Formats: sequence, structure tokens, C-alpha cells
Amino acid sequence: MLLRHTPKEIKERSALAINPAKTCQPIGAMYAALGIHGCLPHSHGSQGCCAYHRSALTRHYKEPVSAATSSFTEGASVFGGGANLVSAIENIFTVYEPDVIAVHTTCLSETIGDDLPQMTDKAKKSGKVPEGKHVIYANTPSYVGSHVTGFSNMVKGMAKGFAVNTGKKNGRVNIIPGWVEPSDMEEVRRMATLMGLDIILFPDTSGVLNGALNGEYKMFPDGGTPVADLVASGDAIGTLALGEWCSADAARWLDTQCKVPCTVLDMPFGLKATDRFIDTLRKVAGVNVPDTIAFERGQLVDLISDMHQYFHGKKVALVGDPDQVIALTEFLASIDMKPVHIVTGTPGNKFEKRIDEITSEAGYKANVKAGGDMFLLHQWIKNEPVDLIIGNTYCKYIARDEDIPFLRFGFPIFDRVGHQYFPTVGYKGGLHMLTRILDLILTRTDRDETEEKFELVY
Amino acid sequence: MPSSAKKLVNWTPTDIKADMLAKYPPKVARKRASQILVNEALGNETPEISANVRTIPGIITMRGCTYAGCKGVILGPTRDIVNITHGPIGCGFYSWLTRRNQTDASAEGAENFMPYCFSTDMQDQDIIFGGEKKLQAAIQEAYDLFHPKAIAIFATCPVGLIGDDIHAVARKMKAKFGDCNVFAFSCEGYKGVSQSAGHHIANNKIFSEVVGENDAEKPGEFKINLLGEYNIGGDGFEIDRILKKCGITNISTFSGNSTYDQFASAHKADLSAVMCHRSINYVADMLETKFGIPWIKVNFIGAKSTAKSLRKIAEYFGDPGLTARVEEVIAEEMPVVEEVIAEIRPRTEGKTAMLFVGGSRAHHYQDLFAEMGMKTLAAGYEFAHRDDYEGRHVIPNLKVDADSRNIEEIEVKADEQRYAPRKTSEEMAKLEAAGLKFKEYDGLIPDMDHQTLVIDDLNQYEAEKLVEIIKPDVFCAGIKEKFSIQKLGIPMKQLHSYDSGGPYAGFQGAVNFYHEIDRLVNSKVWSYMKAPWQENPELSATYVWE
Repeated sequence: MLLRHTPKEIKERSALAINPAKTCQPIGAMYAALGIHGCLPHSHGSQGCCAYHRSALTRHYKEPVSAATSSFTEGASVFGGGANLVSAIENIFTVYEPDVIAVHTTCLSETIGDDLPQMTDKAKKSGKVPEGKHVIYANTPSYVGSHVTGFSNMVKGMAKGFAVNTGKKNGRVNIIPGWVEPSDMEEVRRMATLMGLDIILFPDTSGVLNGALNGEYKMFPDGGTPVADLVASGDAIGTLALGEWCSADAARWLDTQCKVPCTVLDMPFGLKATDRFIDTLRKVAGVNVPDTIAFERGQLVDLISDMHQYFHGKKVALVGDPDQVIALTEFLASIDMKPVHIVTGTPGNKFEKRIDEITSEAGYKANVKAGGDMFLLHQWIKNEPVDLIIGNTYCKYIARDEDIPFLRFGFPIFDRVGHQYFPTVGYKGGLHMLTRILDLILTRTDRDETEEKFELVY
Repeated sequence: MPSSAKKLVNWTPTDIKADMLAKYPPKVARKRASQILVNEALGNETPEISANVRTIPGIITMRGCTYAGCKGVILGPTRDIVNITHGPIGCGFYSWLTRRNQTDASAEGAENFMPYCFSTDMQDQDIIFGGEKKLQAAIQEAYDLFHPKAIAIFATCPVGLIGDDIHAVARKMKAKFGDCNVFAFSCEGYKGVSQSAGHHIANNKIFSEVVGENDAEKPGEFKINLLGEYNIGGDGFEIDRILKKCGITNISTFSGNSTYDQFASAHKADLSAVMCHRSINYVADMLETKFGIPWIKVNFIGAKSTAKSLRKIAEYFGDPGLTARVEEVIAEEMPVVEEVIAEIRPRTEGKTAMLFVGGSRAHHYQDLFAEMGMKTLAAGYEFAHRDDYEGRHVIPNLKVDADSRNIEEIEVKADEQRYAPRKTSEEMAKLEAAGLKFKEYDGLIPDMDHQTLVIDDLNQYEAEKLVEIIKPDVFCAGIKEKFSIQKLGIPMKQLHSYDSGGPYAGFQGAVNFYHEIDRLVNSKVWSYMKAPWQENPELSATYVWE
């Protein structure tokens, strides 16, 4: 047993987090910043944070993740990191020539109270920022929220750093896809394009973190949201923010500061959330939904009906980021699966309320916890076993100990690939996801069934 | 792919160095120039390199931090200590199962906390009002849940800044429990210039808080400590297999596949064998000073090096039975190794490698490449000090700068009861006269060829330059470097985590490595970089169906 010390009996813990279902803000900021074309994320703090975040993102994407650091030593921690940041900005623009440096703080620079606006301003005034180049920033203290919060803060930093309201609308629609995979961002764009929308998608990590191998290394790959698009986001006719936790802050900022009205939707995982997404796009664009999309929807409904007997009533343990888990819970409940244990590491009571709404509509009450950890999830599973676990790579220890099929979903996924290439959003994503779930369930049946019951046809 | 030899004709190492520095602002260029050395090691003169100096802000470094060195590298591989990271969640999360330290906890009732991540998950109110109470409660909760024999506390950056006295909390809880050792590490990420500082903090604390705690006699003959071996990919398992086969008893590995009790009993060994000089040479010194255990440098990376290291250990013990057994084991193990070398060597001979990793691996792995007929054109360390490059003779001359001064040095004296020289001074002198060197390490530079490049704290920009110019057949570094190198069409082998391969130590490990490098440098994938239409773009005639 890998997690042999996890007892079945659940005791309240007030201070000790065990096997967290979240990580810290800066990594989210780094991931978001990689979704700007020509952008080098910069971690303002000691260099270990940057190393850890680059390692984790690299392991998840199997792609180069470039990011710089202010490399604080004890001196900078005592006297402030201003000098480190200014020299970092100079070195970065000289050596790597990015279009944008996206600075985020760490718990170190936040604790000593480094003032990013003042420091970046100083760098600009002292000529360290070349003409036509940009420095944007986000405050991402690691002791507040989670990696999701950091992502949200950097997305807001993009709006604050670039969006300009010229007073003349450009007819475009902002879509903020939230913390999803490059493949999902690509899929959001495809769906919006099929609907006939001219969109500004930010951030957009497709083409950056699911790149090609061709013998050339580009520190700044061709993908990512162009700076011109981010500037134009202030003149958009509206913003569609996917995910309350990941995307709403930036959308609301654009609303109040640039008069770009916003709508916040769930992430389009599964049938219902995708329906709402497409329907909103239809209204925004004032168009009919093209047959292609209706057909894709029909395929998903078809699969659900064809294979319903294998999903129906299956109990699921689910752990991940709030926007993703909410949409996924709704999806699973909508096909009559039963997510019975649901945890997110990110704090926030709203999460528990939303999950309660979804599950009570499905006629049951789930164990749900925001700000929870995987130790608790495991204990719940020990007390009430499930048919499937859905969560990040770290769930594999629970899955193996308890001998439960396991679907990798969310962040990080270190030990499998596919997430960067195949979407889970939209109807296509739903098909992909259901196919994988079904595969796990039927593979288990094939493994466990007695010989006389072992069948070719399901 | 153009061969490296063809490329090198047009470039001298001096040109390459100049090219790497050309783009830097003047101050950066000056600093980097002292960390990049065109090897001219000739005779007794070892050129000087600048090492263990601060990373330049904004330069994309390979380095990590002090916490990573302390919690991740040194304490990470120990299975029965509950390691609690005191800080916001990130540091604990990123050091959770990410170093591939394997451990064998299969014994009945064995404890294994390695798959767990424990953190105080500090929130903003803990930063504002102090985190000591939360830490104390977390230690209590860990104790109540698991009743471990030891709990270790690791400080992250903000903990040092807000002044939580983690050591006082540890002392208090240790006294309270009575049956659980509790100790703390002031390993805030901003200390020192690299993860090396964290190794020091970890090793010093383990030495002062744990080593010597168990005086019970350990069974077995020819007792050694294996220092600086972290059991990545099972290296330690393979070394243990060989030692056992020879009849040598390894009573404690620091810290691969280790337990609390192994550390507590380390003073019962009669010899310390040091693998990674950088991460632990000072522990070997302290074991000698306090308990009288001499140390030698060994290297179990490479079949020949393994044989040589076994012979060194046998020579030290001077027992004819052991010596004979070691020779038997070498004779048994080598044929397979030689068979595999003979098989793969036609495909690896003359190929080239670059190694930028760790604080000893960039040295040790050159032996394996040499066994395959491969030449190392450039190498360097991520977190080494000058002695790892130039040899221990420079230690007395090392400048102690502000960053090194932050790292606690502990004063060690001979233990009044337990100090016992393992050999008489005459015996030691005799062994030395016969060629066995104690407390000695010559460093990386003398082992590298004339006119190769030795580069400290290589960064992403320089790595890319090196690879573009020299086009080595394989590049070895870590996960952060892996994919940018591979995008250039050059296979990259991780030598921190081994890309899930290994073991690579010892005899079987050598065989694994030969196969792995053969696979990498001869994989067909590297010939697929361009599509057919990109290979011959000039062809523009219309294709006509007939």
C-alpha cells in the first residue's frame, strides 16, 4: 500500500494539509502569461519558485517552458527586490528579446511588500524597457487562494496592462477561456469561429504548449494571444468569461474600466454547459447555430443514449479546480452518474453551494469540500467506495491502493499525455471524455468478469 | 544531421565562449566569462573557475533553491520521517514525489511517508500574525495521526521573513512527545545561491540531531556508510546489491532508500564512501572528526569506476577474504557489461555528449560515456563549488562571501565516549603509501580533455548556443532543459530523474545506461525533423496525374 498510513476514520484537522488538491498562485500566473504571444513570464522572488513552476509545467506539457526570475538572495529579501527586478528587466530584453515581460510576485516578494507598479515604472523611466515592448504584472501571494487565483490575477493583469477603450467598438467578442488545456483553447476558438464570431481569446496557450518538433527552437512559439488583440479587448462589444474563479475578474474589470459588458458562464464541459455556451454565442453574434455544431451535439447525445447503461448510477470521486469540477459534476450528474465525493483545494464557500445545487437537483447529497485535500478524499473513498476517480496525476496513488479505475483530468498530469492535444471542452470534448470514461469502466469489467460472463458484445 | 566533428572544425572553444558572451550586457558578460572556462588543465595546473556565486537576475537559470536542496534532495528520500513544509502550499506541493527517490518499504510494518505531502498551508493571517501556532498544531496533528519516530520541519521563504521560531517549536514538541524526535531546518529559499545551501542545512541538522542517536551494534562485517547517493531510479538498490554480494555491509545511505535509524546508526560504520562530493563531503569530514571514521571518494557510475571503487573499499579493510570476494564479484559481473559494450559500441563510438547537471553527476557520467567511446565536449555543474571543479586542494583558499556566511557551519569535536580511530596512524600511512587516498577529490576539470568547455551555472540561452554550434549527439541536463534542447533535434537525457529510466549505477546500471544512450543517439525520430517537401523545397514543378 502506497498510502498505508491513511486511516479510514476521519478526524478534523485544523492546521495540517495532507496531499493538497491545489498549489500556489505564481504557477497559475506563469501558465496564463505563456498564453500571450512573445511573452516571457517573470517570477519576482527567489529562484526556486521559478524552477519549481517551470518543472511542473514542463512535466505536464512535455514542452519547453521559459520563465525568468529575480533570483533573490538574502540581501534582496532584506532590502527589497527593486534592484533585482530592474536589472532582470534589462537583462531579459537584451538577451531574450521578448515583446512582453509578465511579472508575478511570490510569497517572498509579497511578504517584504515589494511594490510592483513602482518598480516596473522605475524600469520604464530609466529606459530599461525598449520602445514598443511591454511589462505587465500581477500580484500573486502564495498564501492567498491557489494556483487558480494566480491564473485569474494574471489574466486580469493582461486586461489591465493592455486593454484600451478608444470609444469605438471593434465588433469583436472577448472570450476568456479560463484554466484549460491548449487543446481546449483551440476548441473554444473553433466553436466560436464556426458560429461566425470574430473573437479575441485570452490567454491562448495553443501553439505554445502543444508545439511541434521540427529541429528549431523558438523561445516564443507562434501561438499565443497577440498583444494587438489584448489592446483591442478594450473595444470589444462584449466579454464571455468561462469560469467564475478563473476568468470573471478580468471580465468584470473590462466591464467597469472599458465599458465592455460581460457574461460569466461555466466552463463548457459536457452537454449542458456547452449548450449554454453555444446559446450565448448565438445571441451575442445574432446568428443561427450552424448545422455542424448541432450535429456534434447530436453525436454526444447519441453516445450518452447508446452507452447509458454503463454510466448510470456509477459512483465517482472527483477532485480538481473549482470551475472545472463544477462543470464536470454537472456533466456527470446529467448522464446519471453519481459524483459522491467532490473536493477542490481552492478555498471558497461558493463552490460547495454550487455543487450542492447540482447534486440535489440530481436527487442526492454529495460529500463536498472547498479548501480540502486528497487525504480527506481518500478517507471518504475508504468509507464509501466509488467506481471511478477523476482527478490529477496524484490520484493514482489512491486509485492503486483502492483498486479503482482512474481518469486523469485537471492539473497536473505528469504521467500521461493527450491533455495537450485532445479537448475536453465542447461537444467534441464531451465525446472524448465519455469515451475515456467508458473505456475505463469496460476495461474494468473485462478484467473482473468471470469467464462464463466474459462477453465480446456489450 | 551534420556530424559534430565537421562542425567543430569551424569553431574553437574560445570562439564559442566569445559567441556565448556576445549578447550579454557588459556586466553580465564579465561575470559569465569567469564562469566559463576553456579547459587547459595541463600537468599540475588547474585553471580557476568562478562557482557558487549568485545567479544573475533575469537570466534563465537551471538552479533551484535552498528549500529544494534541503527538503527535496536530502530529506526527500528518507521514508519514515514525516516531513512538514511550513509555508504556503506551493513548496510542499512541488517537492511531492517529483525526484524519483525509490524506497523499499516492503518489510512488515515498515513506515513510508514518502507518498505524502505535509504542509501547514499558510494563509495570509498566518503571515500577518505569525505561523508558530499553526505549525505547532500541525505537528500535533501529524503525531496524533501517524505516531512517527521523527517529524522534520522545513522553513519556506516567508517563514524566515516573519520570524517564526521553528526550532523552538520543534524543541517544545520533541519534549512534549518524548518518543518522537522533532527537528527543524532553516532552509528558506532565498538563502545561499543555489540548492547546495539546502544540502548543507539538511546534512548539518541530520548530523547534529540524528546521527549517533542509536548506539546498538549493527550486525555484519566491513561496515560502511554510503554518502551522497539518493537512489534515483534505484541506483542505491543496485549499489546495495553489489555491496551485499561482496560481503560489505552498508549500514546507512545518505539518503537514498534511508530510514531514521540508518542516520542514527551512521557512527557505527568503519568507513565512509562518498559518492556525490558536493552534497555531502562535509558530513564525511564530521563523521571522521567526531567518531574517527575515515572517508574515501568513490564512484559507482560506470562499470570500471564501480570495480575501482569496490577495490578501494577492499583495500581499506585489508582483508584477504574480502579482496578475493570483490575480485570474484567483478569477474562475475563484468562479462555481461563487456558483452553489451561490444554490441553497442559500434553505434556509439566517436559520438559526443554534453553534461550540465547536479554537483557531481556531470563528472561521474563521463565515465559511462567514455566506456561507450563517447567524448564529453562540454560539462558543468548547476550548484557546485570550486572544489568540485578544481579539487579539494582549493578549499582553504575559498572566499567566504555573504551568501555562504548565511549557511550555518557546525563545530564538531571528537566525541568523548565514542571517538575511536578505525585505523592506527601507521595503518593509515601504510594505506596511503600504497596509493589509497583519503579525504581526496581531484574535481571535474582534470578529468576533462584539453580544450573542452567547463561551464558553471549554465543557462538556457547558453545551452541553446552550445547545442546549435557544436551539435552534440546527446545533451544531459534536467526536465526544464529537456524540451528546448529536443526542439533543436538533439536527444536530451535527464540525469536528475533519468527520464523514468535507471538504475544507472553499478554494473547492471551501466548496462541500462549503454542501452539507453544507444536508443537515444540512434533513434530514427531525429531524422524526421523536416517533411519531404521541406527537404527539397526547390522542386516546384506541377504534379500531374496521368
